[in-house]
Amino acid sequence: MSSSKRSTIIVEHLRRQQMWDFISKGKRLDGRRLDEMRPLEIELDIIKKANGSARVKLGDSEVVAGIKAETGEPFEGLENKGALIISAEVLPTASPYVEPGPPDEETIELARVVDRGIRESEMLDLEKLVLVPGKVVYTVFVDCSVLNTDGNLLDATSYAVVSALLSSKLPVFEMQDGKVVDTGKLQDAPLTTIPVSITAVRIGDTILSDPTAEEEACMNARITITTNSNSEYAAIQKGFAGGFTRDQIKKAAEVARIKGERVRARLQELTKKAG
Amino acid sequence: MSQTRSLIDKQGRRTDGRTADQLREVKITVGVVKNADGSAFIEFGKNKIVVAVYGPREVHPKHMAQPDRCVLRCRYHMSPFSTDTRKNPAPSRREVEISKVMREALEPALLLEDYPRAAIDVYVEVLQADGGSRCAGITAASVALADAGINMRDLVSACAAGKVDDKIVLDINDTEDKEGGADMPVAYMPHLDEVTLLQLDGILTKEQFNECFDKAIEGCRMVYEVQKQALMQKYFGSETELKEEAQ
Repeated sequence: MSSSKRSTIIVEHLRRQQMWDFISKGKRLDGRRLDEMRPLEIELDIIKKANGSARVKLGDSEVVAGIKAETGEPFEGLENKGALIISAEVLPTASPYVEPGPPDEETIELARVVDRGIRESEMLDLEKLVLVPGKVVYTVFVDCSVLNTDGNLLDATSYAVVSALLSSKLPVFEMQDGKVVDTGKLQDAPLTTIPVSITAVRIGDTILSDPTAEEEACMNARITITTNSNSEYAAIQKGFAGGFTRDQIKKAAEVARIKGERVRARLQELTKKAG
Repeated sequence: MSQTRSLIDKQGRRTDGRTADQLREVKITVGVVKNADGSAFIEFGKNKIVVAVYGPREVHPKHMAQPDRCVLRCRYHMSPFSTDTRKNPAPSRREVEISKVMREALEPALLLEDYPRAAIDVYVEVLQADGGSRCAGITAASVALADAGINMRDLVSACAAGKVDDKIVLDINDTEDKEGGADMPVAYMPHLDEVTLLQLDGILTKEQFNECFDKAIEGCRMVYEVQKQALMQKYFGSETELKEEAQ
């Protein structure tokens, strides 16, 4: 059952007060502007056994995503589409507060929100990943492991999935005599758009981009907005136990479009350089 | 989501005969579960959802208690017979997520600091699902919390809007949710002008987003009137009775 216990880190009263003082002056504890994101680093193809992989660092938050393509049956009701399965796990390596075991609701939300952004934007053209309609399709697994946490796992994980997909080489499967055969050839994943997730939090009446773990521990509410390459909205998730005014939502939506374009260009640049 | 058939006819009527700005029929009954401290039953289109609130009460397990505030716990659950194909009664990942966003949608309305070391449990049971069950659940839960006499800042009203046939419409039903273009559930506190739940799946342009969001808020305001009426009905009798008394 979902409960309102707070599992994030504890920020000391003095530190919290200092954060509020900084924010009221339009500054942040780590020296960033309110709307400034942390540096984004991407390393591609780090797992040779995967069909695509990426290690993304957003500040000190670090996520590895790996892709494995197999064949299998299509999902019910989606007979003419390949299957895409995105998962996320926060490893016990990630912070002293993570324990091994089944995923908690925060981790389930993380995986589902990242999945929603990729799926709803239709980044991966699943209709091109069908071998026998209704019977045999590609099953693409994108598994994410959070190695270190320092806030904004939603964006870091989403960028890891997108980078891994952008640089992936899927095996070419063929049907021969009613059996699936791996031809040994490789193909680029059929991609249609680049979704970018942008998260902001509200602390008091101030909106901050790309929160650190410390800032998340002091936040009142969070919003994650994913846009596609046409700067259309594809997915939104408001999180945490506070609200936003209508104006704040509309502003956050506009910021997500502008920032999304910048991050998209950066993702393209970083994935091209390596490829 | 690719759409296969037209869901709005030439007269602008939707699959269930509604216009773009029309809400499904909403009926809320307060105080339907005898043992609960507060409860509500909502019929929102074909959705049938019962919500029971227990608390403020002692927290079990004890270590979950907070010294300065009340713990709010929320469970959204779908009965196995509530859907077209039987739903496995074990909580799915979807239900875990909805329980979370539902709790986070309700929490801003509650004065949890008034009940330190206690817990409030909100059980939302979907007996029949018809699209938009999380919104209907939040709407009913907020009425049930009020019925339980919990100190609140405002009611939380929820309603979805979405895109069908490239048109923005209010209150997406099951068919439109499955076959339509986009779905945006919103929960809103009308008096405090605070949005406490916002989700979207599906593609919306900037203009469509603004239209959809505004429409959902309008929907929430309509739902708010029904919530108020339902509470009035239980505690002051029907409106006509009230008028008679006044005379």
